[in-house]
Amino acid sequence: MKKLNRFSAASLLAGALLSSLATPALLCAQQSKPWEHIPIPKLHAFNPQQPKRIELKNGIVVFLQEDHELPFISGSVLIPGGERDADTSKAGLIDLYGQAWRTSGTTKMDGDAMDDFLEARAAHIETGGDIDSTAVSWDSLKGDADQVFDLAMDLLFHPKFSAEKLQLAQQQEAAEIVRRNDDEAGIAGREAEKLIYGANSPYTRQPELATIGKVTLADLEAWHDRSLKGKLIVGISGDFDPVAMEAKVRAAFEGLPQVEAAAPRHDEFAGPTPGVYFIDKNDVNQSNVEIVGLGTDRHNPDVPTLAVLDEILGGGFGSRLFQKVRTELGLAYAVGGGFGAPYDHQGTFRAEVLTKSASTVDATKATMAEIDGLNTKPITEDELKRAKDNILNSFLFRYDTKGKVLDEREKLEFYGYPADYLETYHAALEKVTLADVTAAAKKYIHPEKLAILVVGNGSEIKPGLDDLKMGAVHPVDITISMPAQPGAAK
Amino acid sequence: MHNRASLWFWKSFSLMLLAATALTAARAQDLKSFEQKITTKVLPNGLTLIICERPEAPVFSYTTFVDAGDVNDPSGESGLAHMFEHLAFKGTSEIGTTDYAAEKVALEKVEQANNAYEAEYLKPVGRDPKKLEELHKAFVDAQAEAHKYVIPNQFTEVADANGANGLNAETGLDSTQFYWSMPENRLELWAWLESSRLADTVAREFYKERDVVIEERRMRTDSDPVGRLTEQFLATAYVAHNYGRSSIGWPSEVSQITATEALAFHKKYYVGGDIVVSVVGDVDAKTAMPMLEKYFSKVPGGPKPEDMTTVEPKQFAEKSVVIREQTQPFYIEGYHRPSYRDPDDAVYDAIQDIMSNGRVSRMYRSLVEQQQIAAEAEGFSPYPGDKYPSLFAFYAVPLPGHTPAEMRDAIHKEIDKLKTADVTDAELAMFKTRARADLLRGLADNQGLANALAEYQTRYGDWRELFLQLDAVDKVTKADIRRVANQVFVASNRTSAEIDTEAPATAAKNDGGAQ
Repeated sequence: MKKLNRFSAASLLAGALLSSLATPALLCAQQSKPWEHIPIPKLHAFNPQQPKRIELKNGIVVFLQEDHELPFISGSVLIPGGERDADTSKAGLIDLYGQAWRTSGTTKMDGDAMDDFLEARAAHIETGGDIDSTAVSWDSLKGDADQVFDLAMDLLFHPKFSAEKLQLAQQQEAAEIVRRNDDEAGIAGREAEKLIYGANSPYTRQPELATIGKVTLADLEAWHDRSLKGKLIVGISGDFDPVAMEAKVRAAFEGLPQVEAAAPRHDEFAGPTPGVYFIDKNDVNQSNVEIVGLGTDRHNPDVPTLAVLDEILGGGFGSRLFQKVRTELGLAYAVGGGFGAPYDHQGTFRAEVLTKSASTVDATKATMAEIDGLNTKPITEDELKRAKDNILNSFLFRYDTKGKVLDEREKLEFYGYPADYLETYHAALEKVTLADVTAAAKKYIHPEKLAILVVGNGSEIKPGLDDLKMGAVHPVDITISMPAQPGAAK
Repeated sequence: MHNRASLWFWKSFSLMLLAATALTAARAQDLKSFEQKITTKVLPNGLTLIICERPEAPVFSYTTFVDAGDVNDPSGESGLAHMFEHLAFKGTSEIGTTDYAAEKVALEKVEQANNAYEAEYLKPVGRDPKKLEELHKAFVDAQAEAHKYVIPNQFTEVADANGANGLNAETGLDSTQFYWSMPENRLELWAWLESSRLADTVAREFYKERDVVIEERRMRTDSDPVGRLTEQFLATAYVAHNYGRSSIGWPSEVSQITATEALAFHKKYYVGGDIVVSVVGDVDAKTAMPMLEKYFSKVPGGPKPEDMTTVEPKQFAEKSVVIREQTQPFYIEGYHRPSYRDPDDAVYDAIQDIMSNGRVSRMYRSLVEQQQIAAEAEGFSPYPGDKYPSLFAFYAVPLPGHTPAEMRDAIHKEIDKLKTADVTDAELAMFKTRARADLLRGLADNQGLANALAEYQTRYGDWRELFLQLDAVDKVTKADIRRVANQVFVASNRTSAEIDTEAPATAAKNDGGAQ
């Protein structure tokens, strides 16, 4: 049987940096454009199937998405509250919780027994934690779906956290912590976010050996009890009978008390202190350069315009960054950038370029020039058209499967956005004008407010970062603090 | 390409909803239902077209599977297949140029200038620095002259502006794959784009793109501890076969690949008989097939190139690589195994599943859960390719305070168990159940199905083997597993590689760095 090989394929693009495009190309006369003569018929009509939304009396919301193509049923319960809401002195708590919850199991069936039971049926139940939420999810063949659902509910309502499994999770987390400085891109991403949000922000603080060592079983239990009081969102999809499934889900969730609204967050971020920051890594021959500032949040009515601006700056092959830094200058394989617009807090602006040590300064300057250029090299109608075509013509890939439609609805419900958000977003994208993007560039692109972070090999970076002429270079210390080995000391 | 996982917020959400997204292919164990949906056609030039009708949404995905990869790079030109893959996005004589006739002349001059420069550069004795500088300048000037006719990235721009999603390509040792998804009303436009670039590649901006590829090497291999280790691991495991050669290319070789060499590779390997194109989605085979046939007939015919004659000789000495550096410890070992055509292919899958699949797997339970010495431990195969005899590899990531030597001993204990005792009935049954379910789940979308159909059509001459392979899975016995383990997992057939962590030299080096 053939499987995908790991470690093997080199691809055209670095996945992480990509999105899409538009171009500044100086369009000279072209002989003929045969592709423009190819007819593009009207797209087949398409009404994506929406899941059925059921709001229980206690405020819990259920989505049922029937899909009979395959004999599987899957589901998830999304639970508000995540790492950003946890105790600062115990950074990493939610990761540990997300692991130990599932591996511990329940009073009826411990985690190891659950592994055996599920794997024998090619079924899965998993738990996990994230910045703003935790979740339990499951999937199985249709024939096993009742048992797997019951087991998932048992895990949700009657977990039995085990000291042994917490320790296992702590070891795994410790391995990640001590290895994190081997990964150049990981360092760059992490430290870039710290520059933007601040090192102790709930969005960037790192688990450390000391903070994960403090997490106790009681912490996991307390977190679980607390988070279950929130507004749960249940999503089920697959090959089920909708009437029976609704009854089943009601039976599981209707008895819970009225949900408690989450306390609103009031996150405010100062943004980076402009300047050049440097992390020396002597075993690499390529620099990871991050140019960073604050972005926006999705409630901002400028978001559709910023999406078009992103496409022009750093989206994909036709973007200004790609065209200049990769195609024309050959300075990078991975280059890209744009604004982040999270649903409920201010995002980041990030442009990144990976270039050989010796061309660090050149590539940084070239990238910076393209950011600046959004204000100084007028955006053209042609660029606007292509950026909009890129976004609008591939828009249906946001809802071309029943699974994606369900995901989207759950996400909108979770963050309190209207169910027709994608439609209104699409309509707003269509209306973006050249004046809009030009004004947005003025309003949001402020090169003087950006910080530059370089992770690279100091002995090879010549000319040095002083050549950027942005003041003294600030070294960033990424030393991992090593307390006495947990367990080994006593 | 619109899935901006890294730049927008989608990232923190997507992880948690894995289970909700995965399930949307056809009832795959029903081979008959697939036979009704799939139409294949072999064109006179040898190219195979596969259309699978799956009108769930007005979109389609395609994969072009070329049966040539970096294993086919000529000696001294490692990285060539991958370099050509990048070139295939640079346009054709019709797209990406303002005046192809003039550009063609200019590109010929670029080649001449490069040849002259390289000849001087490679002189073993008597290289003249002044002349070298002049020749380099002439080379740069010639590129600038050719660049005047270029409309950069026009090929990809047209694709993207027409809604291409997930546009990318991958070069492995065995094959090269091109793929994207599009709205269904762009099928003909896609057919024009794809067939044009397969048939009519122009070596445009080649030398800039070579720099881009070298940056890719720095990212994937040079600047990544495990990237460095696995390159050395494979180079040590193989003495004759090209699986041992850096697939992205040795720096000295990839940096001297020429456009002429890339086009020669294209001429030899991008012939109809070497290419399968599969399309899955909202496509009507009756009307689409004649249209595709018209476009893809442009691809040159010609015989499938001769297969490689090199066969890796039997290993008779255990080999090892030790990298001592300041990065965290890591351990990997591999044993030579036959290619995917071997009758025991499914037995290797069984071993991989039982040793590595999930929290019930032997290596997880032993190294991670019980002994608590590793953060991860798995066996996997085939590696680094599957078309030719490859490796069965095991790796483990030590927990803090544990060493590669402990990983090695613990892995060997698990391997010994496979050799001396039968796996349990439950383990074997679990493998078979999961193989069946994974097949279903693995075909969960248009793109996954397009990739799989093209690959099976290439490797077995029939996409149906995708389903029929389950018969081989069902036939695997406990005795097979024990027999194969005893044949293959022996010390003389082993190559290992590890990173031993060195303490930092002294404090002197680490204070800010940049001048």
